[in-house]
Amino acid sequence: MTVLRCFNTSLSISCAHRSGGGSTLLGYIGIDTIIEQMRKKTMKAGFDFNIMVVGNSGLGKSTLVNTLFKSQVSRRSAGWARDEKIPKTIEIKAVSHVLEEGGVKMKLTVVDTPGFGDQINNDNCWEPISKYINEQYEKFLKEEVNITRKKRIPDTRVHCCIYFITPTGHSLRSLDIEFMKRLSHSVNIIPVIAKSDTMTIEERLEFKQRVRKELEMGGIEVYPQKEFDEDMEDKSDNDKIREAMPFAVVGSDKEYQVNGKRVLGRKTAWGIVEVENPNHCEFAQLRDFLIRSHLQDLKEVTHNIHYETYRAKRLNENGGLHPITCNDTQESNL
Amino acid sequence: MSQADKMKQGQFTNPETPGYVGFANLPNQVHRKSVKKGFEFTLMVVGESGLGKSTLINSLFLTDLYPERVIPGAAEKIERTVQIEASTVEIEERGVKLRLTVVDTPGYGDAINSQDCFSTIISYIDDQFERYLHDESGLNRRHIVDNRVHCCFYFISPLGHGLKPLDVQFMKAIHNKVNVVPVIAKADTLTLRERERLKRRILDEIDEHGIKIYHLPDAESDEDEDFKEQTKILKASIPFAVVGSNQQIEAKGKKVRGRLYPWGVVEVENPEHNDFLKLRIMLITHMQDLQEVTQDLHYENFRSERLKRGGRLSSHGYILPLSPANGPEPEEMDKDMILQEKEAELRRMQEMITKMQAQMQKQGDGDGDGPNM
Repeated sequence: MTVLRCFNTSLSISCAHRSGGGSTLLGYIGIDTIIEQMRKKTMKAGFDFNIMVVGNSGLGKSTLVNTLFKSQVSRRSAGWARDEKIPKTIEIKAVSHVLEEGGVKMKLTVVDTPGFGDQINNDNCWEPISKYINEQYEKFLKEEVNITRKKRIPDTRVHCCIYFITPTGHSLRSLDIEFMKRLSHSVNIIPVIAKSDTMTIEERLEFKQRVRKELEMGGIEVYPQKEFDEDMEDKSDNDKIREAMPFAVVGSDKEYQVNGKRVLGRKTAWGIVEVENPNHCEFAQLRDFLIRSHLQDLKEVTHNIHYETYRAKRLNENGGLHPITCNDTQESNL
Repeated sequence: MSQADKMKQGQFTNPETPGYVGFANLPNQVHRKSVKKGFEFTLMVVGESGLGKSTLINSLFLTDLYPERVIPGAAEKIERTVQIEASTVEIEERGVKLRLTVVDTPGYGDAINSQDCFSTIISYIDDQFERYLHDESGLNRRHIVDNRVHCCFYFISPLGHGLKPLDVQFMKAIHNKVNVVPVIAKADTLTLRERERLKRRILDEIDEHGIKIYHLPDAESDEDEDFKEQTKILKASIPFAVVGSNQQIEAKGKKVRGRLYPWGVVEVENPEHNDFLKLRIMLITHMQDLQEVTQDLHYENFRSERLKRGGRLSSHGYILPLSPANGPEPEEMDKDMILQEKEAELRRMQEMITKMQAQMQKQGDGDGDGPNM
């Protein structure tokens, strides 16, 4: 059963339960059909999802995104050569695709950041990324503040930033801590351990514990943030996820035959690493978490919290923003 | 070999034959002396944290070189600069002693800004050359300790698509000072195809940037076929893609050193899994050559550069002018040196005089018993 959490939180209907007993209604009214109505509308309208991937080159970012969405959605597919040279400065490259599943259309935008952390001098390499994120907020804000607003403001804000941790087996790197410290307050950061088939199971557990401790010591709040848990149910769900994070993943776009089934995996001389096998790596957990249960929540937290923080800051400086009359009537891209 | 050749050989190796001189025994004498003296070898390992350098060194020499190791956390790494840590271990195998020094460089590549991280390492290498030069030019040359770095294993991350900018810059900075052997670390991250691709990419980039890595010498024409074949295989596998481990795992009924994954066991000493054995063979069979190249090429380069800056030979060795930033003026130093020389001469003359006096006394006493016998 897909848990469809309500987009507008002022309508506080708990969608996961059907209020069976306990209500004092004398007959069936049909209030609960609103869920079905909302679902139909959402399906027709489709939705946007913007995901950013950050990490050193070679950590398998593009492969992982392709594996997550089971399609060629990364910048690699848009014509970039596999063995491209490391760019001298950090670039921000956004590639969009429309995916459809079960009648639901999603416009997925993958924002890649080649060149991050690859230079000899990586001072302030997070600045172009921070600037990009804030620019998207600014764009949205300008639209919102308009006198004549569009029915649906095109949403290019980054809903989720997947940060790829190098699987050294020791601890986080200084760059990792600096980046996450600075950006965890403007975007949802989900750290993952890349190419985790480098580590044995014990090494992985130790490393994860170490990383969690270092994040705690640095005061870094990654998604799902503790302070935004709405109720006990949320909290217990999210606690389970927080215990298991950061997810140790392996990505692959190649299929092999294992025990009679076709699976995505990596074939080595000593065995096949199965991407979707929970005993091998935590890709399936990441996918379920990211797409199947928390996709909508990521968007909500971005809209209600990160964007609001940005907006409040902007409106407080320079005496606020002036609304502009919008001239172009660009429809949303769906 | 024909009968005639055999006879000829037999003629000179048999001590009973009339033509036998015996200098064919020289290599045995050299061998015996060097076995008694033992060998010294200094290996430097450079690479980012977490590439498995310590594990690989422990695996190579089947020892634990870092028993009390504490891995620093990320917060501590922010403040750290590159350190140089040298650990020495004496390994003995079948009567042959090896005094192995492993120079580790923790902190390399850890900082956000790694621009300065190799100056410490280069100074260390130069210092060892300087010390050797000083010892070599000194009066007492019997027990020169050779701490020069004979070989540097440079660890390349298997996660990237080739060399990083830091890798290129570092190797270019040291390829004229030390033998550089690039090694692909944690090779069990890669499938076979990825490994081949990465090796080719690295070799291309090494060519492109003009980096001079250590080249194995070709096998001599009089070596046996096996050795020639082995050398060919070794040369074709550079850079070596290695996996290190000292854990014993049970695999297919026998105990092997390896890493246990849910999907299989990576065996360290299995040549189909990684190039660990090749690296070890290369290091062991070419230890002598690595030392020679360090002596004949890198050290001589250093020495000629150093001496070009001027200097005089005196009984205290070469007087090398110090760099202008520190140290007294060359003339002042000369004066000091001259004074010291004169004093040393005086002392020597005095010693000679006392010796002569003692001799005269002895003669004076003659055959009789003297009071001081």
